[in-house]
This record gives sequence, structure tokens and C-alpha cells, in this order.
Amino acid sequence: MSKQNKTSGRTVIHMEKRNSISRSKAWAIRLTAVLLSLIVCAIVIVAITKQNPLQVYAGIIQGAVGSKRRIWVTVRETVVLLVIAVGLVPAFRMRFWNIGAEGQILMGGAASAALMIYLGNTLPLPVALLLIIVVSAIAGMLWGIIPAFFKAYFNTNETLFTLMMNYVATQIINFLICIWENPKGSNTVGVINSKTKGGWFPRVFGSEYGLSVLIVLVVTILITLYMNYSKHGYELAVVGESTDTARYAGINVKNVIIRTMCLSGAVCGLAGALIVSGASHTISTSTAGGRGFTAIIVAWMSKFNPAAMLIVSLFLVFMQQGSIQIATQFGLNENASDIITGILLFFLIGCEFFVNYKLSVYREKEA
Amino acid sequence: MKKKLIGLVLSLTMVGGLLAGCGSSASSSAPAEEAAVEAETEAEAEAEAETEAEAPAAEAVDASQIKVGVIYVGDENEGYTESHMKGIQEMKTALGLTDEQIIEKTNIPEDESCFDAAADLAEQGCQIVFANSFGHEDYMIRAAEEYPDVQFCHATGYQAATTGLANMHNYFTAIYEARYVSGVVAGLKLNEMIEAGQITAEQAKIGYVGAYPYAEVISGFTSFFLGARSVCPSATMEVQYTNSWFDIAKEGETAKKLIADNCVLISQHADSTGAPAACEEEGVPCVGYNIDMIPTAPNTALTSPTNNWGPYYTYAVQSVIDGTPIDTDWSQGLADGSCLITALNEATIAEGTAEKVAEVEEAIKSGSLHVFDTSTFTVGGSSLEDYIAAHADEFAEGGAYQFMDTHVADGYFHESEPTSAPAFAMIIDGITSVTQEN
Repeated sequence: MSKQNKTSGRTVIHMEKRNSISRSKAWAIRLTAVLLSLIVCAIVIVAITKQNPLQVYAGIIQGAVGSKRRIWVTVRETVVLLVIAVGLVPAFRMRFWNIGAEGQILMGGAASAALMIYLGNTLPLPVALLLIIVVSAIAGMLWGIIPAFFKAYFNTNETLFTLMMNYVATQIINFLICIWENPKGSNTVGVINSKTKGGWFPRVFGSEYGLSVLIVLVVTILITLYMNYSKHGYELAVVGESTDTARYAGINVKNVIIRTMCLSGAVCGLAGALIVSGASHTISTSTAGGRGFTAIIVAWMSKFNPAAMLIVSLFLVFMQQGSIQIATQFGLNENASDIITGILLFFLIGCEFFVNYKLSVYREKEA
Repeated sequence: MKKKLIGLVLSLTMVGGLLAGCGSSASSSAPAEEAAVEAETEAEAEAEAETEAEAPAAEAVDASQIKVGVIYVGDENEGYTESHMKGIQEMKTALGLTDEQIIEKTNIPEDESCFDAAADLAEQGCQIVFANSFGHEDYMIRAAEEYPDVQFCHATGYQAATTGLANMHNYFTAIYEARYVSGVVAGLKLNEMIEAGQITAEQAKIGYVGAYPYAEVISGFTSFFLGARSVCPSATMEVQYTNSWFDIAKEGETAKKLIADNCVLISQHADSTGAPAACEEEGVPCVGYNIDMIPTAPNTALTSPTNNWGPYYTYAVQSVIDGTPIDTDWSQGLADGSCLITALNEATIAEGTAEKVAEVEEAIKSGSLHVFDTSTFTVGGSSLEDYIAAHADEFAEGGAYQFMDTHVADGYFHESEPTSAPAFAMIIDGITSVTQEN
């Protein structure tokens, strides 16, 4: 609670924390924020690019969902972002700042690339896929356990630790590319098993990305159940609120930290498999492509609500895919859509202030 | 979607947006029409000559119905992509197409986004799709499998012939010819420095900033070196890699490292102005790449070898219009203007350079001079033919040297002839190459 004086101490803006707000009012505030942000975006578009903002918006929509293929690409990117955000939820609930999703994804991706290269053409597809999913989850898990162990036993700073693990993972990928590069010297692995399609996700629901959707759906439901209806989920929430309370209640905090990060890392590792086996069929240092960081925004903006995470992921991917179209159509490069996304995010995050606080303006009487 | 702070993203993107706005308006200025028309007639003649190719002739398309898709790894702010964009513009003017008939996708990375982009272009009705970066190839092949009625043309790739797909094509200019010529310019400069007593003949060491240690780069610096040594026999060369196609800071650093290592002239096969800028600072003569480096290094730049993609784009799109097959592997050089050297910098070149350049260019065009003449260099102390014979097992294994043995005949290495992509991948004597495996 604070007071702010405006115009020589007469008009006062008073901020007050709301005790409660009705659902409809909260959503009305958010909707207003979206509308306002679209108007600001339109002004920016006109000012900078001299394009008709409505046409630019239409171009974004076209680019994201304008054809069956574009819809599938948008869906593919959305579910990958969603599953990473879902993976981050248990760690964040525990107030364990896992900034290392990027590295966990890379390690999972490296594991699936390795399996595709060495076993993809010999194992029957269902076995290979099962192996890819399990091993990539384990690889991500290992990358999550290391900082968790040090946090639990030596109370290291997990933010820095997980962040640094990303760079280690990137270097490991660089090293693997030297071994796997094709052709030699090109610093790229190229499409793995492009002829045999060994270890590639098969077509499900009439799309090669159907299986990814299915997996993400299952994982999201399982994690939601785990968080809300299991003893583990409860324990990690208590640890997040206060480790002292947790200890007092007889919870083994060290165990909870390690266990939770195993789960978080495993889901992020699985995301690596979805990217490598399910979409790109190659591995590079940009395989994660910053999605490990974007997912943090997704998780926080949604307050860990799975439905909200889906919406936010979809929104971010929608803008990203749309940007390719406006780049083509209007000669705006993807930075233009980053501006729009930035403005939208600014308003969306900013409006939470008005959901949580009430502003009252009144005139203060002279004392 | 980047993870940067929103404020940072906002400010950066605004600047970027402004820059992009300026760039695109500049690139839409009218290209040289004469050259384009000339290229068209040449391309037509060539299309007729190539009718024996194996692909079945597709149906002819009216020029007004044609749609062309292009996938660029960068945008107009990056020299290599910019040169492709100019080529596309030249094709557009030559064939009288409208803006709506050309769909260009910029900043497409070398991953599944390339496949997404290629498939999307095919579904938008493009009859022909180009992609300009090496790492795009695998994704182009996937798209070619999925859309057999659409022609997919990939620059710098090498797999089109082996895929057996009639609609998959590779193209690359014979840039090694222009590199050889630029090497001659560099060699003459070295001679001038020796004569002036600035260096001794033994100190004529060239530094070369390469991107990646594979055939495209190796072929490039070998041809440059052979050009230099053809006029300055004591020349040697040291190559260092940046492991990036575009990194201004790293290319500058690498150039400075080479200069510190006693290199007296610098050249490059990487796409930024980093190396020439460093040379200008150090006062060391340099040969650039892609673009005229005189604005960057007015007192040290000599010239730059550069690609002109216009003739190919005109030829390929004309082929679709005519319903004639496109070469599976296409490579043309100085003779049809697909590669050239930029304007010589009068302030820096040695005397008599222009005459010598004209002479060498003529010799290459007429076929009397072969860049990779095996009598002009040795590998491991023996001739290339002997070396290949002695290491036949290694070559049979394929890998990086997969085309080395098949290209050698009649006393020279037939660069870019059987396959359009550069294939010369051996380090010849006189060149030291520091291979950092990252």
C-alpha cells in the first residue's frame, strides 16, 4: 500500500490490494488489455511501417492458420512449447528456479538423435520410439538432477546452476555434431535417416505431428493430476511455500527437491525427443531455439494453469508463425512481429497489476 | 520468440524494423536491364542445349501464371542472401514477372522451418522453389518427395543427382574461377611488395579467413591460392576457420590473428565485412567476398570475387515456363557472367593488374587455362593423380573426399562439372590449414 502525490498534494492516487476479484471482472480487465494492446500495436505499425494494421493482422492470422499445413505447424510448435511449460511447473511450484529447460531439451534431443543414428534403422519402429521417448526423458532427467542434488545438499543457487548447465549442454551438442556431422566439415548433422525414416514419429491422425499432440496431451494430464491430486504434488507445494514448514511437517525436503527436478527435467528431455524425432529429424545447438526460456513466460503468465498455458503457448506460436507470413507479404522481417508480441505481452502482464490492485483517485482535503 | 527482456526486444526490434524498411526499399530499385536481357537469351540457348537431360519435360506454363518461391537463410542485410535477392530481381525483370508472382521467405533457418517453408510455398501454387543455404538441402529433398510436380532448386547442395528425384536440382556458380582471378590480383600485389622491399620473397604469406573446413571453402581457398601462386611463385598461405558464415567480430579477430602470424595479405570466405575492416585498421591489403569492400577498406581492399545468380534464376524459371527440364547440376562461371570480380581498387592494386586480369579471364573463358591444373600443385609431395592412386582405399570410402577421384581427368580437376557443388577438398602443399574441430 502506498500513496502517491500528484499535482501539489491535492489529487491522490491510492493503490489498494484487492482481497478478491470476481472472475468476470478479472477477465474483463484482461480483455480490455488485449484490445488496448491491439490499438497500440496498430499505431506502432502505422508509424513505423506505413502499412494498414488490419491487413497486417490478417496476414498474421493467414500465416498461422491459413492452410491445413500451417495449422498443423502451429499445432506442432504449440504442443512443444506447452509440454516444456508443463515440465517447468513442478519445479516452479517448489520455488526452484529451473532456468535450465534449454539444456534439458538439448540433452533429450541429443539422446533421441543418438538412438536414431545408431539404432533407428535396426530396431522395429515401436521399440525404437519407446526407447527414444524413455531415453530422452532420462537424459533430460540427468540434466535436472545435477543442480537439484547440489541445491539439496549444498544449497547452491539453482538459477545460476541450471543456467550454466545450458552452456555445458550446448558444448556437448557441438562435440556430438563433430562426430555426427554429415557431410564432414559442414558443422551440421543433416536430416537423420532421411531415406529409411528410422526413428521418425509415424503419422497419427493423418499428420506426422499427431503423435506429438497425443504425447503432450497425456503428459499434460498426468502432470496436472500429479500436481493437484497426489501426495508428492502437495509436498512439493509445501516445500515451495516454506522449507521450514515442510521440515516441521516431516517432509524430507532434500528428497522432494531431487524428485521434483527429476520429473521436471524428464518432461523437458521428452520435449527434446518431440523436436528431434517428431519434427526436425536433426540436431543442432539451436534445436531448443530459446523455447526453454519462452516456456518460463508461458508457465508464469498462466499461473501454472494447464488450460491457460495452452492458450498462452498458442498465442505466442500464433504470432511467431504469423510473422513468417507478414515478412513475405509486407517485407517486414520477423522483428515486426516481435514488436507486436512484445506490446501484447506488456499489456497482458501489466494488466495483472489491475487484477491484483485497485486504484482509487480522490482529492485530499487540506489538513 | 526470444527470451530477452521485453524492453530490450522492443527497442531492438524497432531499430531492426526501421533498418528492414530502408533495406527493402533500396533493393527494389531497378536492376541492370541490359544484363538481364542478355542473360535471358543465353539462358534460352542453354535450355535448348540441355534437352537431353533425363527428367521428363513438364508441361509449359504461361509466364503470367508462373509463381516462384524463394527461401533465404538471411535477408537483405546479409551479403550472400542479398546477392541472391538481386539475382531474383534480375530474373523478374528479364522475364517480365510481377511482384505478386514471387514469394520470398527470409531468415529461414536450416531446420524443419525450411521444410515448412518449402511445403507452404508449394501449397501456395509455386511451380518452382529455390533455397539458398547449404543446410536447407535435406529439407528441400523432403519437400521434393512430397510435391513431385514442383521443381525444387537448391544452391550449394550436392545431393540432387543421388536422390534420383526428377524435380530436385542443385546449382552453384563456378565461383572458383573468380577466386582464381582475385588470387592473381593478390599475387601481383605480393610481387609489388617484394619489389618495393617491404617483404622478402619468402615472407609472401597470405592469410585466409575461412568459414567451415569443408569442400566449398577448401575449393575456394585453393583456387585463390593457385591464382596468387601463378604470378608469385614463392607465395604460401595459412587458413583459419571461424566456424560461422557470418560473424563480424570473429572474422575481424581471425584476420588480426593471421596478421600477427606474419601474413601480409588477407582474403576470406565468410560473409561479413569483419576481415576487410580489420585489414584497414592494420594497413594490410585484402581480397573480400560477395560485395565490393572498397567502402569498408578504401586503402587496403583490392577486389572481391562475387556471384551473380541472375543467369541461373532466369534460366531455371524460363525452363519451367517452356516446360523444359532443369539441369540436375548447374554450374556456370566467368563465361556467362555468373561469377566475376568486383571493381579493382585503383588506389591499392599493383601496376598492370587490369591487363593481367583481362588476360587470365580470357584464358579461363576459352578453356585454355584450367584453375585446378594438376601440374601446378602437389598434395603430400606427389601429384594429385599419384596421391589418389596411392590412397585409393580412402577415396573409395567416400566421405569428404567422395568426389575427389572421379573429377580428375586430362591433367586437371574438373571442379563443379559432374556435380555443381564445389568438390575439391584436399589441402595442397603450400597451404597450412588449422582445423579446429570446434
